[in-house]
Amino acid sequence: MKTNIYFDNAATTPVRKEVYNEILPYFMQYYGNASSVYNIARESKKALEKARQQVAKALNADAEEIYFTAGGSESDNFALKGVAEAMQKKGKHIITTQIEHHAILHTCEYLQQRGFEITYLPVDEYGKIRLEDLKKAIREDTILISVMFANNEIGTIQPIKQIGEIAKEKGIYFHTDAVQAVGHIKIDVKEMNIDLLSLSGHKLCAPKGVGAIYIKKGVTIQPFVHGGAQEKKRRAGTENIAGIVGLGKAIELADKEIEENTKKLVYLRDKLINGILENIPYSKLNGHPIDRLPGNCNISFDFIEGEAMLLLLDSKGIAASSGSACTSGSLDPSHVLLAIGLPHEKAHGSLRMTLEHYNTEQEVDTVLKELPMIVSKLRDMSPLYETFLKEKK
Amino acid sequence: MMEYSDKVMEHFMNPKNVGEIENASGIGTVGNAKCGDIMKVYITVENGIIKDAKFKTFGCGAAIATSSMATELIKGKTIQQALEITNKTVMEALDGLPPVKVHCSCLAEEALHAALWDYAQKNNIVIEGLKKPVDDIEHLHNV
Ligand SMILES: Cc1ncc(COP(=O)(O)O)c(C=O)c1O
Repeated sequence: MKTNIYFDNAATTPVRKEVYNEILPYFMQYYGNASSVYNIARESKKALEKARQQVAKALNADAEEIYFTAGGSESDNFALKGVAEAMQKKGKHIITTQIEHHAILHTCEYLQQRGFEITYLPVDEYGKIRLEDLKKAIREDTILISVMFANNEIGTIQPIKQIGEIAKEKGIYFHTDAVQAVGHIKIDVKEMNIDLLSLSGHKLCAPKGVGAIYIKKGVTIQPFVHGGAQEKKRRAGTENIAGIVGLGKAIELADKEIEENTKKLVYLRDKLINGILENIPYSKLNGHPIDRLPGNCNISFDFIEGEAMLLLLDSKGIAASSGSACTSGSLDPSHVLLAIGLPHEKAHGSLRMTLEHYNTEQEVDTVLKELPMIVSKLRDMSPLYETFLKEKK
Repeated sequence: MMEYSDKVMEHFMNPKNVGEIENASGIGTVGNAKCGDIMKVYITVENGIIKDAKFKTFGCGAAIATSSMATELIKGKTIQQALEITNKTVMEALDGLPPVKVHCSCLAEEALHAALWDYAQKNNIVIEGLKKPVDDIEHLHNV
């Protein structure tokens, strides 16, 4: 069935109308290369620098600290590999967490193969790291701490400011993957002592394939793409002007509306979460009840599997996601759900629904009406539920 | 998400033979919750013919569809005919499965065999060509 309720905004978002309109002239009208000197190219250059200002303003950074990339994964790779290479004389130890996005985890694995040592901090049952664990993990040769701002699966927000303080005190660079947070949580890189930050356009209603990295002035880092002089020679390549214009506009809008949208989303999210927990037995919220992304709902349903739920939701026109193995493309369910201590079978039965500002209360009500039937249909087919009911008697 | 054939979707959305059989002639359970699929198949055998088959499955869309198809295929068959039903038969009847879901059809074959094995054990008979079902079916994921 045609999707008419899109609750998978943590996977990607639609481009906002205002953003789309802003981008359009940069395809056929202002197509110049920002590095050229003639009039039409100056339009591109102007647009590029305006977007840089817009991104910087939302983070309380300076424009010259913003570098455009092709998205969150590239920014994460840039931060980790760039710092690791530039700082390896000082040390080869990096601290991160067990629940990072694969853009961080797989980059860490790559660095491990090249002689770096990585400490993966565990998290508590809500998905938060413990600051004592971080302090204990710090060594003489630690060069970088990378902790995500907010988790893409369970929505848990980390104590970023405190982490920043610890890093600053020890003179270690602090990077945060803020791909899910930017535009949804107010970020101040100065107040939070953040040295490097990754963000991505398509999680905040800008197009896919464009992102940015904030690199604080004075941070020692290797260039990431070698070539032309773009992005102060740190990231070569003719700029994706249309995408960058979209990112700038989207981040400006999201920042302007952040309070209003947070209020709306927290209301919808909590209505969705509470409605499910109250009406569907043997369900459990994953992630932190309060310190979580305003639009994130992640719930595990006992005795059933996630992909089956997604297919039945899809048949009702509802788009969501799951941490089950069948949807992760591997045999294991999501590493995030395992890290918060869920047993495999509960992790297989997880359902993530992520809302954006354009979602409505009516959509939440529809999902609350459909979901109990879907869960009970699958439970009626489940041998685990059958055994459970027999043992309960 | 997975690209499933219309047949798979049909059997997933409206699975045949969901349920339990009281006093079943044989019950076979395979899989484990850790890897995300468990299939339990019940059969009723009368005069050497599988009169009825039902299932309960914990698993993804393909796991449910293969359980539905496998129980459909086995009904009305003699024990020897039932033994000839392999994971390929189930897959073909479903117009194929995505490569990462082939293990679900293996699980279905295994579940049928486990139910037949249970029937044979209960009745002290030997079914020619039937091997004891494997407990640990995790290796099936690697086919
Ligand atoms: C936390 C996090 N980091 C990184 C990424 C990767 O971003 P992108 O898809 O823009 O490469 C994502 C999104 O998939 C994410 O959620």
